[in-house]
Amino acid sequence: MADTELTQKERDAVAIGEYKYGFHDDVTQPFFKSRRGLDEQIVREISAHKSEPEWMTDFRVKSLKHYDARPLPTWGGDVGRIPFDDIYYYLKPVEEQAKSWDDLPPGMRETWDKLGIPEAEKKYLAGVGAQYESEVVYHNLQEELQKQGVIFLDMDSALREQEELVRRYFGTIIPYNDNKFAALNSAVWSGGSFIYVPKGVKVELPLQAYFRINAENMGQFERTLIIVDEDAYVHYVEGCTAPIYSTDSLHSAVVEIHVARGGRCRYTTIQNWSTNVYNLVTKRAVAEADATMEWVDGNLGSQLTMKYPAVILNGERAHGEVLSIAFAGKNQHQDAGGKITHAAPHTTSVITSKSISKDGGRSSYRGLLQVNKGAVGSRSKVVCDALIIDDESRTDTYPYINIDENDVEIGHEATVSKIGEEQLFYLMSRGLSEEEASAMIVSGFVEPITKELPLEYAVELNRLIQLQMEGSVG
Amino acid sequence: MADLVISNLHAAIDGTEILRGIDLELSQGQVHAIMGPNGSGKSTLAHVLMGHPSYEVTSGEVTFKGTDVLELEPDERSRLGIFLAFQYPSAIPGVTVANFLRMAVNAQRRGPDGEPNPIRIPEFRKLLAENMEQLKIDRSLTSRYLNDGFSGGEKKRMEMLQMAILQPKLAILDETDSGLDIDALRIVSDGVNRLTGPELGVLVITHYARLLQYIRPDRVHVLVEGRIVESGGPEIADKLEAHGYAPYGVQEAAV
Repeated sequence: MADTELTQKERDAVAIGEYKYGFHDDVTQPFFKSRRGLDEQIVREISAHKSEPEWMTDFRVKSLKHYDARPLPTWGGDVGRIPFDDIYYYLKPVEEQAKSWDDLPPGMRETWDKLGIPEAEKKYLAGVGAQYESEVVYHNLQEELQKQGVIFLDMDSALREQEELVRRYFGTIIPYNDNKFAALNSAVWSGGSFIYVPKGVKVELPLQAYFRINAENMGQFERTLIIVDEDAYVHYVEGCTAPIYSTDSLHSAVVEIHVARGGRCRYTTIQNWSTNVYNLVTKRAVAEADATMEWVDGNLGSQLTMKYPAVILNGERAHGEVLSIAFAGKNQHQDAGGKITHAAPHTTSVITSKSISKDGGRSSYRGLLQVNKGAVGSRSKVVCDALIIDDESRTDTYPYINIDENDVEIGHEATVSKIGEEQLFYLMSRGLSEEEASAMIVSGFVEPITKELPLEYAVELNRLIQLQMEGSVG
Repeated sequence: MADLVISNLHAAIDGTEILRGIDLELSQGQVHAIMGPNGSGKSTLAHVLMGHPSYEVTSGEVTFKGTDVLELEPDERSRLGIFLAFQYPSAIPGVTVANFLRMAVNAQRRGPDGEPNPIRIPEFRKLLAENMEQLKIDRSLTSRYLNDGFSGGEKKRMEMLQMAILQPKLAILDETDSGLDIDALRIVSDGVNRLTGPELGVLVITHYARLLQYIRPDRVHVLVEGRIVESGGPEIADKLEAHGYAPYGVQEAAV
């Protein structure tokens, strides 16, 4: 479609968020593209394309059957309008993964340059995976880390090269029948990251994966598995964007993380899909004794996100944390939050959720706090703050709390505020425009979360929020 | 003609008229005081001059250096050189004092068409350090969130710091003396006196004559029920100190 023929929806999308990543590459022709829609034949075709072991093919087919049988969820957001039969469930963009950015087709290379990934890799990353449609087209890990035994591969390569390790953990934290969309991912998964950090190894710089949808009506279903061994540490960061189309795309990932005794994993997401993408993701981690799992989850894009990163605190003194920021603008619904299960004594957790709604956007906090019988001396704190920019926008809170143990300490706070007229007047009286003043109040509101991020990501997140705020104040 | 000209200004909030025809002229280099009892419209005048959206100007005119101020948004008034030191400044959680001040300085430095001309960081640090020292403000304040959890005295000093850094042409001090002990009052008034000069006009709004012992006004106006009922030299403040507002027909506790 030529630029001059943008539909109204595309024009709206461009106009509202100043969405910078709405371009697409129409030069690179895909190496392979499945037909639209989904059935067993397509699932088997995907598996055959990847020359997978039989157990994985069986797992996929079993998952598809569960997916077909299971009804769509009726809670959360409206998933009934997803055009499941129009989606391309598998699209292989190039024949082989590149070891160098220069080996990618020019249109694709240009996309990554515009997204700034090769530049970021040089400056502050220990490793990068770059997924385009269904496959990871570029992957690299610093040699020093390889020598220390760190494994950072795309999931497909991991299945080939580390089959035993993959088989031991794959689908154990999020079973194929966990929910409708986890079943879908289990059937058609492709790409994603596999990380193993050996005992005692601390990966100081972040490992980053970037997920890019390029084609129209694309379905992207990456699968990520992270294993942090005893006393090891890793910070994994993912970013994602997509072009603006008048038709809908679907992103449905599954992320499983195992943090062994004394280990620590931080998983940071800056989700910035275009507003024609449905983003339905299942993320869950298990933390053993004295381990720490932290989810930092920023949701700025998509038309509907349903995502509740979970931590199961499985060993004594394990600590789980979810920091969630959601920004819902025009035609957006962010249904986000976190889930914590205290399954062992003296475990601790914190959920901090900050949401911003503007221009009729809707953000919901949905969280579950579960304390099992026997998890004595556990402590948990849930704080959710919502900021509403205008009268058309909406926020809701759905906190579910199940406590089956008496000897626990639980705190829950929720606030809803509007940007105050007095705050705006005060800042404007110092020369800030109304937009600048609102943006300043919003960036202050999310500061408790941005201050937790490495500088580059804090800057990026703040910049995205400023962009979302631009032109929004009436 | 004076720099600030207020003529027959009427203003209302929620349909209730508060200002009922104010006339006042003030030039850069002058200090005027507006004194009045509670509810006389002092703070309303301050807010209307800065452009608070809750107040409706029902008639009258305000010009500053020939520009119709009432047509402008608060940020445009600020960039014209008007500054309001708030009686109750808002807290902005999550935004540090240093960040806020730098944004405010950069807003003032923008060109006529909005083109940015940001201050260089070392220059900004120097500006900040000098002024904080003058106002005896602890350096640690710059990394705290703006007015968040500040004591009354800290808030007032923060207002003075902003005034010193933004260098307005017209400063309106809304009850800057309220809630200050005598030491803080001295620091704040020293701060104001340091800034007064041929480039700055000051409008001091106060209930009490006390502040005017430290900031000597050229003119004093008495505001009662939305009108200026008397104007004159500093001796009016002395008269109020002695007799309160009773001579103006106002019943209230002694000043």
